[in-house]
Amino acid sequence: MSATGNVNADAQSERGAIGSGHQVDLVRGEGGNVVVRVSGVWQVRHGMPTATSVEAALTSGARPQRVSVDTTELKGWDSSLVSFVVGLNSICQQRKITFDRGSLPAGLTRLIELAETVPENKDASIQVAQLPFVARVGAALIRQVDAAGKFVEFIGMVALALANFARGRSRYRRSDLLEVIQECGANALGIVSLISYLVGVILAFMGAVQLQQFGAAIYVADLVGIGLVREMGAMMTAIIMAGRTGAAFAAQLGSMKVTQEIDALTTMGISPMEFLVTPRMIALILMMPLLCLYSDFVGILGGATVGVTVLGLSLRAYLHETVHAVTMVALVGGLVKSAVYGVLIALAGCYQGFECGNSSSAVGEATTAAVVSSIVMIVVACGMFAVLFHILGI
Amino acid sequence: MSTRDTGGGGAAAGNGAADDREAHLEVRNLTMAYGNFIVMHDLNFTVRHGDVFVIMGGSGCGKSTLLRHLIGLIEPARGEIFYDGVNFTKATPEEREATLRRFGVLYQSGALWSSMTLAENIGLPLGEFTDLSASEIREIAALKLALVGLKGFEDYYPSQISGGMQKRAGLARAIALDPAILFFDEPSAGLDPVSSRLLDELILALRDSLGATVVVVSHELPSIFAIANNSVFLDAKSHTMIAGGDPHELLAHSTEPRVREFLTRGEAEENSEKANG
Repeated sequence: MSATGNVNADAQSERGAIGSGHQVDLVRGEGGNVVVRVSGVWQVRHGMPTATSVEAALTSGARPQRVSVDTTELKGWDSSLVSFVVGLNSICQQRKITFDRGSLPAGLTRLIELAETVPENKDASIQVAQLPFVARVGAALIRQVDAAGKFVEFIGMVALALANFARGRSRYRRSDLLEVIQECGANALGIVSLISYLVGVILAFMGAVQLQQFGAAIYVADLVGIGLVREMGAMMTAIIMAGRTGAAFAAQLGSMKVTQEIDALTTMGISPMEFLVTPRMIALILMMPLLCLYSDFVGILGGATVGVTVLGLSLRAYLHETVHAVTMVALVGGLVKSAVYGVLIALAGCYQGFECGNSSSAVGEATTAAVVSSIVMIVVACGMFAVLFHILGI
Repeated sequence: MSTRDTGGGGAAAGNGAADDREAHLEVRNLTMAYGNFIVMHDLNFTVRHGDVFVIMGGSGCGKSTLLRHLIGLIEPARGEIFYDGVNFTKATPEEREATLRRFGVLYQSGALWSSMTLAENIGLPLGEFTDLSASEIREIAALKLALVGLKGFEDYYPSQISGGMQKRAGLARAIALDPAILFFDEPSAGLDPVSSRLLDELILALRDSLGATVVVVSHELPSIFAIANNSVFLDAKSHTMIAGGDPHELLAHSTEPRVREFLTRGEAEENSEKANG
């Protein structure tokens, strides 16, 4: 009385044709003995049958007493067979079936023993419970609120550090401050020149198309001048600096956190806030208005280039119109905005750096988060300024 | 300082004849936790002046976490830490800064400030906390580098020297302000056996010459037996300390199976099993 059941027919039919198939057959013998016959070549790259596929066949019908593995027709094996036999063994243990491993190749037996010496650490397996939608939304909200609270706390610590700086009691290296000033001031001139000039050109073309229809091409100077000085100069500088300097701050502080350099400052009694954040904050607050002023100037030059070469205006008339259009209040308003943007960029960059996790991928995430959050904050602040200036009638 | 108990798991061995020395660091009922996960609970131990104290235990049991608590980088979930009788956990900012000033910490990777040369690394605490002139600071930095065998490397950046050298430079920075207590996080990690032994000798030499107390996180048995005269053994299974005292005494007398297993690399158990079987 013996019944043969092929439980892995599809693997056989798909791959058997190219001579790399693996096959599992169940042979039911006398007295509840079941022989699992494994044959062919068992290699991970040809796919692997799991022991659960045998489980159904094994338990259907009369309950077997003893399971053994027949490997006489096995041509080659690797981890796929080990995994299969280990799985088979645990199924047998669960169902209180004797598992006979006597006929297995010696190497296979050793690997199985190795896999079974240390029992599974139940604490170690992380439960990935699928929470209901509402719970997930709630958890996400709580995380956001926590993060917001942390950010507010960070702003408070920065304020304290700046207060110490103002009182001249801050611990930082003057050379660090000068280095950051150079890095986010002079070294940024090239890219700020390029972008500002092009923004001036774009604004001029944009205005020219409309204004030329009314024969009012000279008002391109007003449009470019006011647009740059009030909004675009500060905004473009801020976005450039967010991508350039904010990201650099996050990456520097993040990797200092990973290498425990920030811990080393703390345990030396030197406040990382004062030592690392203060110089960066001060440098950006000082440099942003200067860069913004420079950007305004270069942008107007860009507009003038279009005015002179495309619209046929005289340079003198263009500049005269610009000076006439741009008020001191608008100029100062733009510079104040840029200083505020500087604070936001430094805050976002330093905060993300300090909050960085302990791995190299975390540094990358911190950098991205710094750029994204500072650009969001810049645009939000820009909107708030627009409303505020409207109310104040500036 | 009223309490002098060192026993957490009842297996604490005595500190021998060294009991007349004042307690430098006392940990009382310390519980360490990340959120709701308790790493270790109810730690109690005392480190006396001049001790070389080792925090032992298997990988991932919370040794480095304990060190981070001791140096104030993490706040305890419960319990208190005292330095020379001053409650470090509840210290005012001034007391805390004064205590921190007496610390020297060598981090696992050295943690040198990568934007500064070795001389600047060592000079930074000197510049911040003393009135020395720049040339005097440089002189002291050169001396500290010479002490750890890095004479002439003053103007190298951390990235330009090897890992072992970074570690020694980190030690030079840790001893910049002649600390009263030195903390080492896995000093021999990543070092070859010879460098590791030389570092052990350096630790002992510095202890003797500076008169400092030394707290070391380690799982390197040769190193532990070479330098330690006091210890605590953290057990990952029971989440608390299960032994304390001189590691040599623990090896000789401890009845705690997991301590024995650790101190003999599990060989004693295997041998006895073989003998029995």
